[in-house]
Order: sequence, then C-alpha cells, then structure tokens
Amino acid sequence: MNDVTPVLECRNLSISYYVRAGEIPAVVDFNLKLMPGEAHGIVGESGCGKSTVALAVMNYMGNNGGITNGEILFEGRDMRTMSAEELRQIRGSKISMVYQEPMASLNPAMRIGEQLAEVPLYHEEETSKEAAYDRAAQMLAKVRLPDPLRIMNSYPHQISGGQQQRVVIAMALLANPRLLLLDEPTTALDVTVEAGIVELIKDISSEFGTSMIYISHNLGLILETCDRLTVMYSGEAVENGSITDVFNNMRHPYTRGLFSSIPLPSADKNARPLLPIRGQLPLPHERPDGCYFGPRCDYFEAGRCDQGLIPMEDTGAGERHAVRCTRYSEIDWSKPLELPDAGDPVEAGDVVLNVQQLQKHYEIETGGLFLSGEKKTVKANEALDFRAREAETVAIVGESGCGKSTFAKVLMGLEAATDGKVTLDNVELGQLAVQKRDADTISRLQMVFQNPFDTLNPSHTVGNQIGRVIRKFGVETDREKVEQRVHELLDIVKLPRDFAKRRPRQLSGGQKQRVGIARAFAGDPKVVIADEPVSALDVSVQAAVTGLLMDIQRENRTTLLFISHDLSVVRYLSDRIVVMYLGRIMEKGTTDEIFTPPYHPYTEALLSAVPIADTSVKKRKVVLTGELPSPANPPSGCVFCTRCPYAMPGVCDVTAPPVREFAPRHNIACHLEPEQLTAMEPVITIEEEKAA
Amino acid sequence: MTDTTMPAPRLSLTQRLKRPRALIVLSLLMVIPLIAYVMFGEPLARAGIREIVLIPAIPATLILYALAMASWRESWVAILGGTLVFFWVFVAVSVPFLPLLDPNKPIRPFAPPGTEVGDITFWLGTDLKGRDMLSRMLWGCQRVLVWGVTATAVAYVVGCIFGLIAGYISGIWDEIISFISNVLLSFPVMVLFILILNYLGPSGFNIVIAVTFASAPAIMRIVRGLALDNKTRDYVFAAQTRGEHPFRIMVVELLPNVRGPIIVDACLRLGYTTVAITTLTFLGLGLQPPDADWGLMIKEASNLMVWQFSYMLLIPALAVSSLILGFNLMADGLREMSLRD
Repeated sequence: MNDVTPVLECRNLSISYYVRAGEIPAVVDFNLKLMPGEAHGIVGESGCGKSTVALAVMNYMGNNGGITNGEILFEGRDMRTMSAEELRQIRGSKISMVYQEPMASLNPAMRIGEQLAEVPLYHEEETSKEAAYDRAAQMLAKVRLPDPLRIMNSYPHQISGGQQQRVVIAMALLANPRLLLLDEPTTALDVTVEAGIVELIKDISSEFGTSMIYISHNLGLILETCDRLTVMYSGEAVENGSITDVFNNMRHPYTRGLFSSIPLPSADKNARPLLPIRGQLPLPHERPDGCYFGPRCDYFEAGRCDQGLIPMEDTGAGERHAVRCTRYSEIDWSKPLELPDAGDPVEAGDVVLNVQQLQKHYEIETGGLFLSGEKKTVKANEALDFRAREAETVAIVGESGCGKSTFAKVLMGLEAATDGKVTLDNVELGQLAVQKRDADTISRLQMVFQNPFDTLNPSHTVGNQIGRVIRKFGVETDREKVEQRVHELLDIVKLPRDFAKRRPRQLSGGQKQRVGIARAFAGDPKVVIADEPVSALDVSVQAAVTGLLMDIQRENRTTLLFISHDLSVVRYLSDRIVVMYLGRIMEKGTTDEIFTPPYHPYTEALLSAVPIADTSVKKRKVVLTGELPSPANPPSGCVFCTRCPYAMPGVCDVTAPPVREFAPRHNIACHLEPEQLTAMEPVITIEEEKAA
Repeated sequence: MTDTTMPAPRLSLTQRLKRPRALIVLSLLMVIPLIAYVMFGEPLARAGIREIVLIPAIPATLILYALAMASWRESWVAILGGTLVFFWVFVAVSVPFLPLLDPNKPIRPFAPPGTEVGDITFWLGTDLKGRDMLSRMLWGCQRVLVWGVTATAVAYVVGCIFGLIAGYISGIWDEIISFISNVLLSFPVMVLFILILNYLGPSGFNIVIAVTFASAPAIMRIVRGLALDNKTRDYVFAAQTRGEHPFRIMVVELLPNVRGPIIVDACLRLGYTTVAITTLTFLGLGLQPPDADWGLMIKEASNLMVWQFSYMLLIPALAVSSLILGFNLMADGLREMSLRD
C-alpha cells in the first residue's frame, strides 16, 4: 500500500485567520492521507474547522487566512510551493468542489449547458464546442438527470434544488478530477431528494475513480458514503480511522459523546435518553491548554490532560486508527455511559388541540396586465384532521411544500383557515386572528421558529427580548424578578447569563435558536409549535435542546407540535406522528405504528431516506424518483402518485385514496389493499449485537 | 467564528460614550440649545440666559466630534465630511463667545478683504452696508443649520410614520399613502416650495412645513420598502404571535432595524435641505433680514454685478458649499462603512 502516492496528504497542517482581534487558529495540527479512490469523511460541529480544511486544499483562503505550519501534498507535491498559475490549473481540473447551496454555485444568467461546456473548453485546449456540449450532456445522464437535453437548455432557476445539486456535481466531475471536495452537499435539500444524491455520491468513486473528501455534520451520511473518517473538534482532528473502527470502537471521549447525542433507533426518550455533551465549544481564542475537549470531558485528569499539545496516537488496533487522547488506553470503553435520569413516561391528558377537516387555500391570479386571468387555488392544507393531548408530542413530518408551515400560521392566527375547525381548550381558533385573541389564549399557544438568523430582533438585547415575553404575559412584572427569570431561562437553554446583555449578532446560529426556545417557553405556554427547531443546530446542541424540550414538557405538561423533516429526531421525541405530503395527511398514528408496517408508501420512502449513524442498522432501500410537484398544480387523484413506486395507473391518478384505519387512530390514505400494506417488510432493522 | 467579543468586565469611558443612549443624549445636548437659541432667542434674551443655553452644547459637540473621528477611522471620506460638518456646528454653538464684530453693525461699506480701519481688521472685508463679512459668515451658519436640521428631522418623523404604516399595515393604507406621496413627488420641488411659502407666507416655521411636504414622500418610500422587507422576518412573526400591538411592532421591532439606510439618507437630505433653504432665502421666500444668513448674503450681493465685489458673493457661497459637501461626504463615508461589515 505504501508504494501508492496518496492523492492528498496533509501533514501537521495549521491554518489561522487574521482578524482585528489578532490571529485566530482555525485548524491545528491536522493530518490526513487520502488514497486514490477513497472517500474520506470529515465530521464535526459548526466552527470546528472542517470547511477551512477544504478551503485550504482549494487554496481559497481569502486575504485574511493563511497556512501557518505544515504542508498540503497533492499527488506528492507541496501545494504551497506551486505558483499561482499552477494552482489555477489544478483547481477545477484536478480538484473540484461542491458547495452546500446549489443555487449559489450556478450562474443564474447562463443556460446550464453553456456553464457545463465551459469546463472542458477552459481546462482542455483542443476541445471543440460540440464535443464539450456532448460531454456535458453525457455527464448529466451519468448523474442520473432525466432528459439531459432539456436541462442543458434550462436556466438554473427552472430546475429544482435536487436537480441543481446534480448539475453542480456533474460540473465538478466534468473535468475528471482526481479529488472531489463535497462541503455539506445535501444539507439544503429535502430528505428524499438527499437520499438520491447520496446514492449518486456513493457510486462516484467506483464509477469515476475519484477520491472524495466529504464534509458533513451528519454522521449518518458519512456512514453511507465514506470509507474512512476524521472527527474534528475545535480545530483539531481528534479521531481518525476507518468507518467500522470509529463507529464501533471509538476511542475518543468526544466521538463517544457525539454518538450518544444523536438519536439512533435504539434511543428512546424514556428508556434510553440522549446524552448531550456538557458545556460548550470553546471560542478559538479561549481554547484551554492541552486537550481542547478537556473541560467538557468526563475523563479529564488535571496535570495530564491540560499540558501542552496532545499528539495524535495510533491505537494499534484497526487500520490506521489514531486518536488524540492521553487516556484512551485507560478508559473502559465497554462500560456503558451513565445516562441521565429519564423519568417515567408521561401519561397524556385530555385533548388540548383538536383539528377537524382544516383547509387552507390560497388564491393566486395568473393574469396579465389587463386580462384578469383565471384564478388558481393553491391547496396548502386539505382536510387536516388530528388531535393533540396534554403533555403529548405530536410530530408533523413532511418535506418542503407539504403545508406544515402554513398549518402553523393558521394555528397562530396569522392566516385564517378557509374551512374546518381548530379548537384549543374549546376556543375556536381557525378564523380568529391573533389580534382578536385574548392574552390568555395567546400565551397558551407559542412558537419556536425555524431560521435562527431571523428569529431574534437584531436591534435588541437577548435579555430584553426574553423579558418582553415574561412581562407581556404577566408571568413576572417586577424588574428584578423578570431579570431573574431571564437568567433561569438562559440557564435552562445552556447559555451563560451574561448573554442577556448581548445582541443577536454576537451569538452563533445555535445560540440564537436557544434564545428563541427560551423566549417561546418564557410565557409558560400550554401548546408550543416548534417549526424545525433543531434542524439548524449542531448535533450535541440538538440533544441538549430536545432534552430541554422534554424536560419542560414533563414539568409543565406542555403539548408540543413538532414540525420536522428529520425522522430520527421525530422518532426519538414524539408520541404521535402525522405524515404530510403536499398539504394532505398520508398517514397518522403513534410513533411505533408509523415506524413499523403497515406503511404508507411515502412513509416507507421517508424512513428509508433518513441517514442513520449506526452500523448495526440495516435499511431497505426505497429511493423515490422524480421531484416534488408544485403545490399550485398537484397531481390528480392521490397527490403522491407521481413518485409512488406502487402507483397503479388508472386508479391512483384518478380518484383520491380512501383513508383506512389499521388500529385505533392509525390511518393510512392509500389505494393499496390493506393486506398489501400490512405485508410490507420493515424498512429499518437492527441487527442483534454481534457476539463480542 | 471570527467575530466574537470577549466579555469586558468594565467599559472604558469611550466605550460607554459610544453606547446608543449616550450618543443620543450628546446629540440632543448639541442640537437643542442651538435650536432654542435661534428659534426662541427673544424670550431667552428677556430671561437673560440667551448665551448661557449654548454653553453645554460646546463640550457636547467636541466630544461627539472626537467619537466620530475615532470610529470613522476606516473611511477618510467620512472623516473629511464629518470634519466639515462639525466645524460649522462648532462655529454655530460657539459664535456668541468668539471675539467678533457685531454682524449687524454698519461700520464701513465696500471694504475689500484685509482692510484695516483703525485697530479693526476686516479679514474678509465688509458688505454693501458696511457690516463685517467674517462675522456675518460665521453667524450665518446658525440659521441655516438650525432650520435645515429641524426641517429634515420633522420630514423624517412624518416620513417614518407614514412609511411604517404603509409598509407594515399595508393594504388600503398603503394605497392611500402611496398615492398621495406619488402626487406630491410629481411636483417639481421648487414649485412645491414656492406654492407653499407663497400661501403660508415666508418664515422659518413655514420652511419646515414646505420641506416636510417635499421630502417626506421620498423618505416614506424608503421606510416602506425596508419595512416590507423586515416584516417577513421571524422576529416580527414572533411579536405578532405574542399579540403585540401593531404600533409597538412598528416602533420597537421594525424602526430600529431600518435605521442604517435612513441615517445615510438623512445626511444626504440635510445637504438638499440646506440648498433649498438657502435658495428660498435667496428668492426672498425664506428667512427674513436683518440677521445674518448665507442665502440673504448671496441675495444682497447678487445685485452688485461688479467683479471687485465678487467676494461678497463668493464667501457665503463657499460657506454653504462646504457645509453641503460635508453632509454629502459624510453620507458617502457612512454608506461605505455600512457596506464593509
């Protein structure tokens, strides 16, 4: 193996950014060896330096960043000694990069064909225009885009997000690069679309022989796509090894913490709760001496863990498996972690929220300047029907455009329902705008918003914004008591108390979202709608936040409406699940009923699409074809029929499916015979623990 | 990741002065005495405290200038503009205490710059009535500044109120307000000024009304656009879902977030307003004699078509240009800095 030159090798690489406050080390002592055809994952939380590594490899550091130590060898040559011209040649032709936002990577003013053809035209001297276009079309077919010629003639905004990302990957592969860097390539996409892209990425190395560096915060995706991985923490690689070694025999406390804080199928909010990593990621200029993870580590030993730079050490077991921990050989890794007290399952109470045949239609006019065109109806919500009990968590699951956010707006009184009823403790809310609701009703129904960057007013301090809710709903009125309560809430969401005086721009995305959650719970609500509250958060923070949500729920018997697309989180924390697609309920039932057969075909696909970071879990592959139809123009009959693998032409695309009841309050809307649905095999199976 | 502030145990004096509340107090300390001095000079003089009211404004101006220079280091355009503006503001607040001749006292007509009469030197000469030009130029900035700032401020208050209503409440209110503002914007500005001032009669307060009519529609459009953008943010939804009154949402949630572009626009608009006031005075529609005023000085001098006496025209014209240039450069610099981070 040693006679093969690695495609990329980083040796003791250190990278710093220079800002007004001085030098900030972003990556410290990073080592990586990438063999030809290998896929290497880099996983870590936000701010751990994983993207900086990728930028350094591309040499896109910007004016204020620089390599301070170590070297990057590309095919055995040190990239730091290359001239600007050589680097330019390598970028794009030998190293390509795929970014998170596909729309930002494509030029909106150029047809896709032109943009793709540029790559061979630019990087290879003797290529005719026709040949370049042919190769572009072939490449589009290889990334499994239907109808490449139509896409070649489209502008980027005319195709969907998933298709855009496929185009970006095709563009990256066109130059036949030796190395492909993927920086969170599926984070902006829906789960079922993501599953398709992941399938494609998996095949890249075998089909094109390209080595890959896959950067992600999602361990499940890394498991599905990579051969080896590096776990990064606060600028350092803490563990490095093959997928099986790191997933099954992790030897660093941080890696272990990461795994115990993600909701694996074996986790359960009552029996096996998530274990968040305590404390917070240190700021780059406040890193402790010695092990950066020290202050958050359960195995910290003063005098050993806080001295000097801890070197990366080979464990001796496994294939090139190294960790950065002085005590890894002393820790008893087989001993299970001490789990926090989970408490008993909470008994659900009476029905608090009752949604009956709720309908929300938007009318849009498709007219010209003078002609009043025909009116089109967007059916954002159609016949929603479910109940939520006190202290119960009801998850509403679906991809973008399924109407879950519209439903939240109707509930909050920002939009009026077109038809149907929503009652909260016998108060009818469907037609009652928020201005007309009394303070009591308002304070009983609060919301956690999705986008952490928008959720706080940039002009006011955190303390003011939380305090306003406390005063508004009359929880406390005395100034000191309000401050006291603000501090308590900050404690609960694991933020330092002096954050009360900070403004949102001084906070990270995750911190802002935690303030948003503190704000929603400040008024002691009965029902909280959480619109994708943890999707923007880091894994260890997600665990803390889900833990927090459940603690408050237990204490106050709050009903939680959890809107999400992430089935692993949903499985972990919800009691009941409502699966939505294009404004309609496909399936609803308890969590167990949703996760075991009978499935609705869409539920089946969703379950299969969720990446699970557990090597003992086997999934049945169900990859959906096609794209999400527009809610303004939904398919006739069953709305899912265009993507359904079981679709029966003549039935599914003509009549709306019947709603069948399989158990009390477990309903599936599908044309398939009940026997067929019941006979489905489970999507997720957990293999029994292999004999140790 | 890179922009994190370290918790500072104690704020230094400069840091404390840079907090928004301190800045607002300082600005008010600078402006209010000046406004009182110019607008309500007579009652103050009767009470015998006319000069005294200006005393707190002098240190406030100097502190503000120092703070501005310290935080605008990145942009030399802003430094230059700020220096010009603060020079005139400083002159305005300190002119009663400067060793100057009485600006309204005729001494010797048509003395060219540098003339010495007895122990008096007319550095910038005298005007056609024999009044000292230097003294008149320095005194003249008071009225232009005060009426310019007041008129712009009133226009901003009106523009912001209607802009927030049109942008946030929208619907029929937006239609009505936008229609009226479109009508007002369709008048040439000068025609609008002349119409209003002819109808109301020339005076400082009527200039404020005229400037408000002319500027508020444009301000309203800026604020409306910003409000439309900001009202779709989650923090506004959050305020709505906790049942806040629309008035509170507009003032507390939206207004502070539209301030950036508004401050830049305000600097530019101060320049326009200064031009307008000077022009109106020149046309005889604005401030009335005998007190020193740049527009009046230009008007009086413009009758003398003699090259030898062009200094009478040039001096107030240069003064007004330097002030307007100062406002415009300051606006440019502020915009440059706001784009940088």
